Amino acid sequence: MSTTTAAPTTSGASTTGPRHKKQSNRSKALTVLTWLVAILFFVPVAWMVLTSLHSEQDAATNPPSVLAPLTTQGYREFFGATSGASPWPSLINSAYASIGSTILVLILAIPAAYALSIRPVRKWSDVMFFFLSTKMLPAVAGLLPIYLIAQNLGLLDNINLMVVLYTAMNLPIAVWMMRSFLAEIPIAILEAARIDGAGLLMTFRKILIPMSAPGIAATSLICFIFAWNEMLFARVLTGVRSATSPVFLTSFVTSQGLFLAKVCAAAVAVSLPVLIAGFAAQDKLVQGLSLGAVK
Amino acid sequence: MSKDTVSSRTTTGPGGPSHGPGGPSDALDRPQRRAPKPRAWGTRAPLLPALLFMVVITQLPFVATLIISFMNWNALYPNDRGFAGIDNFKTAFTDPDLRNSIFNTILYTVVIVLVALVLGFALALMLDRSFRGRGFVRTILIAPFLVVPVAAALVWKHAIFNPEYGLLNGTITWVWRLFGSDNPPQPDWITNTPKLAIMAALIWQWTPFMMLILLAGLQGRPLDVIEAAQVDGASPVQIFRHMTLPYMRQYLELAGLLGSIYVVQNFDYVFTMTSGGLGSANLPYTIYQTFYQAHDYGLASAAGVIVVVGTIIIATFALRTVSTLLREDQL
Repeated sequence: MSTTTAAPTTSGASTTGPRHKKQSNRSKALTVLTWLVAILFFVPVAWMVLTSLHSEQDAATNPPSVLAPLTTQGYREFFGATSGASPWPSLINSAYASIGSTILVLILAIPAAYALSIRPVRKWSDVMFFFLSTKMLPAVAGLLPIYLIAQNLGLLDNINLMVVLYTAMNLPIAVWMMRSFLAEIPIAILEAARIDGAGLLMTFRKILIPMSAPGIAATSLICFIFAWNEMLFARVLTGVRSATSPVFLTSFVTSQGLFLAKVCAAAVAVSLPVLIAGFAAQDKLVQGLSLGAVK
Repeated sequence: MSKDTVSSRTTTGPGGPSHGPGGPSDALDRPQRRAPKPRAWGTRAPLLPALLFMVVITQLPFVATLIISFMNWNALYPNDRGFAGIDNFKTAFTDPDLRNSIFNTILYTVVIVLVALVLGFALALMLDRSFRGRGFVRTILIAPFLVVPVAAALVWKHAIFNPEYGLLNGTITWVWRLFGSDNPPQPDWITNTPKLAIMAALIWQWTPFMMLILLAGLQGRPLDVIEAAQVDGASPVQIFRHMTLPYMRQYLELAGLLGSIYVVQNFDYVFTMTSGGLGSANLPYTIYQTFYQAHDYGLASAAGVIVVVGTIIIATFALRTVSTLLREDQL
């Protein structure tokens, strides 16, 4: 990772002693600055985790009591120690909607991406832009008719409705990502398979899917995160039985008394699946967020 | 057949779309256009399920929204349902709340995306060096993006901006005491500056997103050219202005466009931090409220149509910038 500012070796033999030293000092200062900014960005996350492990009394002090004793009381409260309201049904609903919609997205997106890259339909780039344009239309404008249709079909408070909607929400991103991953596969391999008599299904099973596995993983990660995070549709369309965890989170918050530790514990618990998945697959995150444009 | 597959494949690598303006892709394009007819449906078949699904789930509801927007329909007065002409649109355009939320939507999107882009670019440049703990720094910088938005909004509202025991005022108290003052200012951030509070939290969440895309872009830079420029005596500022910035342009556009798509639809922060109060509501929140709380389906739909039309106008320009993405080899 050579750089523009601090790389004495690359600035050639003309580098003199004092200049070298100055650059190295500047490089050190830049490193310190980078650390400081990163820590500043991390403070809200660290504070959330720390507060979640404090007692309600220690969480609500001014100035903050950073070194207060740790306790898991906040988490026990979140999991219904006194209120009796368990978050598990909502966490399971969220997992079901996120994983279910991600699988459905892949089933629809991979063949579509094939038809947009390997054996492309005419005007394939127009189709790509159609997919992207559906992402640009504000989802909220379609919320009312979807609510009315769901009401008429008896689909309100049904988690499968969320699976379908999250699939539609993520499908355009997935098509864009998968297209860019499939386009990377060398044509010679596909040709060889065809000459060896491999059919379409065989080509998918033995070549396309294994070779684009990293891309499929990146796509799945992004779809999972966005589905897990979604709240507007879940709030309007789910109820008692199918509430997802963001909906549970908003209803969990009471505005009375000392409750900071509980809120932070809830926030950590609900974010944990996304935090773990995102940290574990950082490079996949980058690929996914750029619609596969960045490898 | 095999020749046809090869040639059509060539046109559609990341290299160039079939209707690229001039250039070598036109010549390669011709065999594809003359593709035998029976093949067409076979090629289309894998695309159709996804296309059909998107049309049914995302396009048909908008048609319904368009129809309802011309109707007098409030769920609280079911007997008054009927044709309303353009009354809903008149109400929508004259309603000061709605106008304010249109303004807020633009304000939020522009400020959040621009500030997050600048901060994200700065961070990406800082991380595009080798230094001790680089991997760790990158990891903790991603964290804000991985907190569930509604959870993050709750933490900002209660654990950070709370006037009595939030981290911000707590830190102010601590610093003031350090200097011997017992009377630190304790502003009520969300009440005094609701829009700034919302924007600060959203910038915090979206900066890592920008940083990740831009960092990936920086690492794809051709280093040999930059080294050659350094040997020729180009200053870091010159290299940044004339080499890094032009190279990064498409990544900046991509990050800005994707960020806008998500930030313009933001609902969670407004809903959680202010419930749209104090003049901080944006369009998604106002439409949600008109429909979900006021039950005025006609007016909510009219507002929805306005948003869609506005978005189409902006998106037409935005899509032109992405259209280069399908042409660029390196992306």
